[in-house]
Amino acid sequence: MDFEYDLIVIGAGPGGYVGAIRASQLGLKVAVIEKDKAGGVCLNIGCIPSKSLIHQAEVFRSVEDLEKMGAQVDLKNFDYSAVQGESRKAADALSKGVKFLLKKNKIDYIEGTAKITGPHQVTVNGDRNINTASILIAAGSRPRELPGFEFDGKTIMNSTDALMMTDLPKSMIILGAGAIGCEFAHILSAFGVEIQLVEMLDHILPAEDADTAQILARSFKKRKIKMYPGAKASAPTRKEKIISLEIEDKKGKQNIEAETLLVVVGRVPNTEEIGLENVGIETDRGFIPVGDYYRTVVESIYAVGDVVDSPLLAHVATKEAEIAVEAIAGRGHEKRIDPTLIPSAVYTEPEVAGFGFTEEEAVKAGHEVSSAIFPYRGAGKSVAIGKTEGQVKITYNPKTREILGARIIGTQATDLVHELLLARSAELLSEDISKMIHAHPTLSEAIMEAARAAEGWAIHV
Amino acid sequence: MAEKMLMLALSPTMEEGTIVSWNKKEGESISSGELVCEVETDKATMDYESLQEGTLLKILVSEGQTAGVEQAIAIIGEEGEDIAGLLKEIESAALSKGESTADQTAGNIESPAAPAAAPAGGEAIDTSGKETGVSVKQAPTSAAASGPSGENRGTPPPAAEGGSAGVGGSAGNGRIKASPLARNMAAEAGIDLSVLSGSGPEGRIVKRDVEEAMKTGLPVRSSATGMGAGMGKAGALSSTGIDEQHIPVSRKRSVIARRLSESKFTAPHYYLTLSVSMESLTESRRILNQRRTAGGESKLSLNAFLMKMTAEAIKHHPIINASWKEEEIHIFGSIDIGLAVALDDGLITPVVRNCGGKGIIQIDQELQELIRKARSGKLQPEEYTGATFSISNLGSYGIEEFTAIINPPASAILAVGAAVKQAVELEDGSIIFDNKMKITLSCDHRVIDGAAGAEFLRSLKDIIEDPLHALI
Repeated sequence: MDFEYDLIVIGAGPGGYVGAIRASQLGLKVAVIEKDKAGGVCLNIGCIPSKSLIHQAEVFRSVEDLEKMGAQVDLKNFDYSAVQGESRKAADALSKGVKFLLKKNKIDYIEGTAKITGPHQVTVNGDRNINTASILIAAGSRPRELPGFEFDGKTIMNSTDALMMTDLPKSMIILGAGAIGCEFAHILSAFGVEIQLVEMLDHILPAEDADTAQILARSFKKRKIKMYPGAKASAPTRKEKIISLEIEDKKGKQNIEAETLLVVVGRVPNTEEIGLENVGIETDRGFIPVGDYYRTVVESIYAVGDVVDSPLLAHVATKEAEIAVEAIAGRGHEKRIDPTLIPSAVYTEPEVAGFGFTEEEAVKAGHEVSSAIFPYRGAGKSVAIGKTEGQVKITYNPKTREILGARIIGTQATDLVHELLLARSAELLSEDISKMIHAHPTLSEAIMEAARAAEGWAIHV
Repeated sequence: MAEKMLMLALSPTMEEGTIVSWNKKEGESISSGELVCEVETDKATMDYESLQEGTLLKILVSEGQTAGVEQAIAIIGEEGEDIAGLLKEIESAALSKGESTADQTAGNIESPAAPAAAPAGGEAIDTSGKETGVSVKQAPTSAAASGPSGENRGTPPPAAEGGSAGVGGSAGNGRIKASPLARNMAAEAGIDLSVLSGSGPEGRIVKRDVEEAMKTGLPVRSSATGMGAGMGKAGALSSTGIDEQHIPVSRKRSVIARRLSESKFTAPHYYLTLSVSMESLTESRRILNQRRTAGGESKLSLNAFLMKMTAEAIKHHPIINASWKEEEIHIFGSIDIGLAVALDDGLITPVVRNCGGKGIIQIDQELQELIRKARSGKLQPEEYTGATFSISNLGSYGIEEFTAIINPPASAILAVGAAVKQAVELEDGSIIFDNKMKITLSCDHRVIDGAAGAEFLRSLKDIIEDPLHALI
């Protein structure tokens, strides 16, 4: 049977659009169906606009530095809507860029809502049937809503609302201190919003190792961000313009108040309305089960990104899409992402980045574990630029010397982490990094020194 | 005019040498007497100083490779000179000889631990190296030839091939591509990387390949045991907790093995044992050393005493200090005694020259210095070859008596056991406890007849039991 397309991709986020382009490169005839904007959450209401806000927050924070130099900065006409406007410009430019790339690669971009109506058929907006050899589901996810915390877009917000906000509230409670919660705490407190950060688990950034999270917590505390780790919250109550939340932690119950409440407690996969039932795919906690090459139980259907149970990160979706598409094109060699090779990045200041096993996880996984730590302060550059907060931590197997994981907290950590990640993925050892000449003065020297610490001969401690 | 630079015999016993490192690169100029490369000989690492002058045009034997004495290791000449003719000549010489002592021919296998591939059936395989442009046919190495009656039932390990997933993760030039972690783990488990297939990028051997090999076992290259490939398992953990290993034989170990077998199989050994009372010597040594330590001097070793006393006994029986030379028996004029010293990777017998003409203190000083050098691998050939007699002392391990293998060119070796308290019946019927030590003399019967050996041993006993004897 002749199909109209070799591949239909559902969703044009970082999984979908990259998958489509890769498929086109490999000679497949491809269409992408997107119901919202090209680029998905990442480009439009996620990574990109938030990074624009973070950058501007850093600029705003540097007012303090200017004042130290004796300059007086007049903030009278400061207008947050201009800040937000900049972030939209960045998002729109990139979204247009994605459309351009799709066009350049001769991919049909179809606006509409897709539903799978057969192993080889997708229906757009309920009336247009398209047949295809393969289907790649990259439908993404949306913010999780908690019962009693229903989003209203103004006072109880999700991450999209917070990004779209053009006026700053005086105060905000952020429920959930994962990467997104911490980044918003960083941005908004930089612009003067009083932040209270509530986290149910033991420490902020619960996915990161405790030492590292501790350093961020210390930094937040200095910036007067109030944190309530290990706290449960009950449904908010409203009194005129104030939202009140009862939280309970080890110390007992208390009420905290703010003008707004941001709920960032995870995301749910968009798997309910894409017609999985029509082809017999059953979800597991909302996720689509997949095997090697991200293939579902239906041979012609693959799923990648936030709809499958893997870290909800744009770069994970992208890589998974590449793996799936290469398999579809008959060029598959890599079966799955090695989860220990996925970098994570949190764009607070200090930044937090890492990959692989934390010390605790490595012990649980049955590895012999040692860790080597080197403080940022030991690298001359950090002192020169006044960013001495932070450390590099390498977790390794003391016997085989394998690098099991690494965590960096400090300025530019999200860029620095890749040297260590390359080392792990190429199976280099701390010895190799310790002996490589690093330019002076750089923050990368902290990586070299941490590797030397693992070898037992760090110089600057 | 371009000429060959040959592997030189850097020690009297050297038959081949392994290039440890090249101190000169191709294109660099060399003046006479300049250090060109370091060569591991049978017992030490030696500097190779050039006898020639010119520009180093081509290195033929790269680091880690072995070349026989007189084999060309490089070409030296004038810059830009055409050496194609010379290369051809070297190539055809190697071909017509039908053999090459090079362990690893032109392809430079990076892992020095990788033993040579031993082709089965005595068939030569062509491992011509693209890098040097020299094609060398490799004949079966002695390892392969030593299989039971020339039969090697094992399958030959596949020759390393270029290409992405070749065995040994080898790149086109024979270098083994493996991640540092995989190298580490393979070394730990005693796995030869050159037999693994790499599943990493471009055929690189990565952790999972080594893990897989450890789990499933894998064919191992045959080693000097003559066992065919595929018969052993490497890295498989046995229930004893001992990691099964195949240790490549070092140059040193292979020389020791050859020389000892040669001695044991050609010299008809016989052994004479007797007990000597150590009371007198122990007491004299104790008093002497007490005095020395009080004076801030070091203690004299028992071995120095034994060497001196042996030399004195030899003076009365020169035939003990002699060598079988087929046409003649060579009685040496100097008594040069070698003492077997255990090293981590073998053994060596540093020689104290002219023990007959030296006192115990001097012998001890020279001995300690030689032992120090031996342990740090600095002993020079003239310091460990040509012993006219040897002593091996295992007394410190509690060994009561043993027989030793004669160390050529000598014809006898003395094996010294531990001193043990023994009850002895005296002539009057009373019983005393004496400190007895057993010494065993191994003799080459071609040189030393039984009676001669016995008389020497008797003299030695007398001297040890009554040190004054030495003065008479």
